[in-house]
Amino acid sequence: MSEPIIRIRDLTRRYEMGGETIHALRGVSLDIQRNEYVAIMGPSGSGKSTMMNLVGCLDTPSSGEYWLNGQEVSRLSDNALARVRNREIGFVFQTFNLLPRATALHNVELPLVYAGVPTKTRREQAARALTQVGLAERMGHKPNELSGGQRQRVAIARALVNRPSILLADEPTGNLDSVTSEEIMRVFGELHATGQTVVMVTHEPDIAACAARVVTLRDGRIESDRSTRGQAA
Amino acid sequence: MPLFEAIRLALRTIRVQKLKSFFSLIGVLIGVTFLIAVVSIVQGMNRYMQDRFANGLIGVNTFEVRRFPAIDNGNVTDDTWREWLRRPRVNYKEAKFVAERVRTPAIYARTCFEENMPVSQGTLRGKIEVRAADEEYFRIKSYRLAAGRTFTLQEARAGLPVIVIGDLVREKFFPGLDPIDKTLTISGLPYRVIGVLEKQGTLFGFSLDRFALVPFGAPVRRDLCAENVVHELWAKTGGPDAMVAAVAETEQYMRIARRLEPDQPDNFYIETAEGALGTWGKISKILFLVLPGLVAISLIVGGIVIMNIMLMAVSERTREIGIRKALGARRRDILAQFVVEAATLSSAGAILGIVTGLVLAFVVKALTPLPAAVAPWSIGVAVALGVTVGVAAGVYPASRASRLDPIVALRAE
Repeated sequence: MSEPIIRIRDLTRRYEMGGETIHALRGVSLDIQRNEYVAIMGPSGSGKSTMMNLVGCLDTPSSGEYWLNGQEVSRLSDNALARVRNREIGFVFQTFNLLPRATALHNVELPLVYAGVPTKTRREQAARALTQVGLAERMGHKPNELSGGQRQRVAIARALVNRPSILLADEPTGNLDSVTSEEIMRVFGELHATGQTVVMVTHEPDIAACAARVVTLRDGRIESDRSTRGQAA
Repeated sequence: MPLFEAIRLALRTIRVQKLKSFFSLIGVLIGVTFLIAVVSIVQGMNRYMQDRFANGLIGVNTFEVRRFPAIDNGNVTDDTWREWLRRPRVNYKEAKFVAERVRTPAIYARTCFEENMPVSQGTLRGKIEVRAADEEYFRIKSYRLAAGRTFTLQEARAGLPVIVIGDLVREKFFPGLDPIDKTLTISGLPYRVIGVLEKQGTLFGFSLDRFALVPFGAPVRRDLCAENVVHELWAKTGGPDAMVAAVAETEQYMRIARRLEPDQPDNFYIETAEGALGTWGKISKILFLVLPGLVAISLIVGGIVIMNIMLMAVSERTREIGIRKALGARRRDILAQFVVEAATLSSAGAILGIVTGLVLAFVVKALTPLPAAVAPWSIGVAVALGVTVGVAAGVYPASRASRLDPIVALRAE
């Protein structure tokens, strides 16, 4: 088997809060291969948000190793982490997190702006990404002119536009109705089918069931790690 | 993020919040308006004083010897006045002595005048300035004729009753008529009009055309000044260097003519255009000393307003900052974004200030006799100040924004 895209060893994360130490992660080891579709599950307080922040390079661990696409990222500087987020990770958030005053196209362009891609190329790539998620007709619209599902598609286009190593989704259907949720999950499924590595944090079992592998956290440790393949989807 | 990208982003942010942006840049706007308007007006005054006042009343490379200054330099104390009035008047002998001895090439003319001399033409009566002058006076003052001619040497020597009139005199005493060869009566004696001067316009609202010139030897001279006395001895030289030399020589020969001891001060006055500008020079110097302070105060206030607006913007847009960081913005990208936004805001204020300042200057020019001339350097200074104030006001809010933790920022509402 080739080098895993994510290789986590004994990852811990402690917070100091009001003189008390909170152990959000107590030593997690995990490998995720290229083109895997993994859901990270767990009840609230299980450490899945912390896990998401660490995997997304928004946060650095207290101890342990995190190799992303062959690079040890757990000890990187602020600027280096920003670069990793820009190049390696595509975020999809529960609340979409689009810039409200910018058009869909401009929202999708944003990661390319920080990657230093020239304007013309950037437009083309952003337009291509929006077309890929079925929003070719809505490029000039602002988020408040789009439905929830459309907003999340814009967010997915934005996550994909830099061709990241992993697509990291945090409760991507949390703010959507069930029909729209299915629609969005279908998009993730299609992306996975085209070779995209997808890591999704969720607490909804039926959403997690769309993934090929489900990692369940409890009290900052991995409780179970099982494949859903072969089971009825 | 490249600079132009940041500026475009800043402009868009400003555009979607027009009213708020306007209020935040009003301080800078006022400061710059003030700068441009005051500099324009002072600059215009400078030019006006130079061209119209000094060069119009006295002339380029020209000076006059008098008992005391005609254009007094600001406040004159009673003692000074008394000293001036004790001075002897300039007389023919002194004028001749100076004119003959000064070696720097120059032309001379003696004058005597009365500012309110009653004159009449038929049934029309009025008072005008009547000036008796040697024939070179026309060249010294660079007068141009609208009609007729100046005195001939014979007319000047013989003191014939001929007269060259200013435009306002023509208008008042010869309405709708050709004044040439008609007569104007002064002190009961008719003077034949031989020439009309070109209109010179006004100075501070006073007409410069309300006068007439007669030969120095004309009979009316006796009513203008005492026997042997010269009100002014005018001289014109070929250039600035000759002017300096001629003034120095003139002073020297006047002292010799009056037998002044080395420790005695001049008891006469040599008036030049620069000398006449002395008072104005003091006023404009004070304005230029005070101006930076006033501009600085409004710009500091403007900068503080912008800083506050930017701090508000940072807290309002915490989530945006979080999103940008998650998508790969580095600290310095965020820093640049907010600094450029503040600088753009401030520069927009400066540009609006330049426009309103110019409008103000032109309104002043149109509605008052005060002139206005835009100083290009003041526009450059205004733009530079705008950018500087913006950058200075933007740094602190921007650095706060850049240090936000992306996880915390993303959770913000």
